[in-house]
Amino acid sequence: MIRFSNIFLKFDGRQVLQNISMDVPAGQTQVILGGSGCGKTTTLRLILGLLHPESGSIVINGQEIVGLTERQMASIRAQMAMVFQGAALFDSLTVRENVGYRLWEEGALDNESIEQRVAESLRFVGLEDTLDKMPAELSGGMKKRVAIARALACKPKIILYDEPTAGLDPINTHLVSELVCRLHREEHVTQIVVTHDLECAYRIADRLIMIHRGEAIFDGSVDALQASDDPRIRTFLRPEEVLAEPGCFPHKDGGVRVVPPMSEKAEQAPA
Amino acid sequence: MDLAVTRIEDTLKGYAAAVQDFAQLCVTAAAGAFRRPWYVQETIYHMNRIGVGSIFIVVLTGIFTGMVLTLQGAIQLEPYGAVPYVSKLVSASVVRELGPVLAALMIAGRVGSGIASELATMQVTEQIDALRAEGTDPIKKLITTRLIASLVMVPVLTVITDGIAMMGGYLIAHFSLSIDTFFYWTWAFAALGPMDLVYGLLKPLVFGFIVCMVGCYAGITTSGGTVGVGHSTTHAMVTSSILILVSDFFMTKLFIYWGW
Ligand SMILES: Nc1ncnc2c1ncn2[C@@H]1O[C@H](COP(=O)(O)OP(=O)(O)O)[C@@H](O)[C@H]1O
Ligand SMILES: [Mg+2]
Repeated sequence: MIRFSNIFLKFDGRQVLQNISMDVPAGQTQVILGGSGCGKTTTLRLILGLLHPESGSIVINGQEIVGLTERQMASIRAQMAMVFQGAALFDSLTVRENVGYRLWEEGALDNESIEQRVAESLRFVGLEDTLDKMPAELSGGMKKRVAIARALACKPKIILYDEPTAGLDPINTHLVSELVCRLHREEHVTQIVVTHDLECAYRIADRLIMIHRGEAIFDGSVDALQASDDPRIRTFLRPEEVLAEPGCFPHKDGGVRVVPPMSEKAEQAPA
Repeated sequence: MDLAVTRIEDTLKGYAAAVQDFAQLCVTAAAGAFRRPWYVQETIYHMNRIGVGSIFIVVLTGIFTGMVLTLQGAIQLEPYGAVPYVSKLVSASVVRELGPVLAALMIAGRVGSGIASELATMQVTEQIDALRAEGTDPIKKLITTRLIASLVMVPVLTVITDGIAMMGGYLIAHFSLSIDTFFYWTWAFAALGPMDLVYGLLKPLVFGFIVCMVGCYAGITTSGGTVGVGHSTTHAMVTSSILILVSDFFMTKLFIYWGW
């Protein structure tokens, strides 16, 4: 369904993605793990064609998208929806207009069917009573769920999520991960979820890929990830073990950097 | 030394790239006006916001400009005994220069910076990306609609400013300088010719274009979170004000050269 091969991308002369490859079969949920700033959002933006890679190929549903123009991308984007990190609801529109935005814009359905789809999508995320609210009146968790409803309304084959649980309370975190699971089970949507929330990742992932400083350092199942002895992965999964001593910080290559209290000189000890 | 040269070179290259991006955005936005979908409602909404929203400030600008011009003009004309003809001076300077420029500067402050901050906020909260993801062309939806609205409303607002300024001039001329009503208006219109239509409409069209496009460009190229929004807003306001003054000079020069 979605295949990344040897993607390279630079921003302002800095290599942000290096040789990323992944393959997401139809109907599967792929999780992309990684610390902040490692290039997760960038990966999603590449899939949507909002950015173009320097080299490499991205194939969606059998079609190569690298090199397509904005207008040629339209038919590809029509099969996809994205839940942005900050929800990215249009603040000048009501929840109803946000959720039905694409359907109204396309104009392929009559008004009544669109209203029905909007209500259905909002029911799916449990927010059927917010129809006429403005985004500014919603809490962070509700915004995320409305963003999911907006993604659902057009019945896409692919949904991309950018840190769907970041900054949410435990209840909303649970609700959002449950929604992702339900979409997988009931609607067989192909999903790519970017996150650094491990609990959520373990729950929803069919496959995981971990990115560290723009490089994919792991690709496999949840079990294989937990069994990995790569120091960078261990630090990410169990920082409380690896960085147990006071004054321990992760080293950029995966080891532990010990900063002794006050004036003593810092020394480096590979883990 | 070498470092300084490299820095200057980089800065210049940066400016050149920005100018090129800006020109490209202008072309794309203008071309958008000739392709479906039209977003008529959106355009009307922006016309309403730009036009109705700015009437108050252009009325104030117009009336005080007209009044002060009349006061100063009368002092200058006094030695020649030409005070009664002050309306000729007021109408010529208002219609050709002060009306379009002052209205455009006020609109740049109110509308241009508003456009910049609105689009900048949409940019940093990923709403513009969301539009693209939803299959909408953000340039058409956000910029072309505002451009059409500005191109229509800035000339209208300028005509209003001109009219109000001449009214303001009349108030002073009539009540403070005791100039006859009929005399005032006759000479006010005597100063105007067909070329003033060109001045009066071409200039505001250009200014409307500048205010809108500079605001939009600053908005959509915003980066760096909320700090970036503030920066873009200020930048839009300063850049469009300077461009208005500079382009006014060159337009006047050109019109005079063509003998208008
Ligand atoms: N438009 C951009 N211009 C320059 N640098 C960028 C841009 N977008 C992202 N970056 C940089 O690329 C890196 C990866 O960003 P991102 O994919 O957003 O990380 P994250 O994994 O936290 O989502 C970051 O270091 C970020 O600073
Ligand atoms: Mg991110």
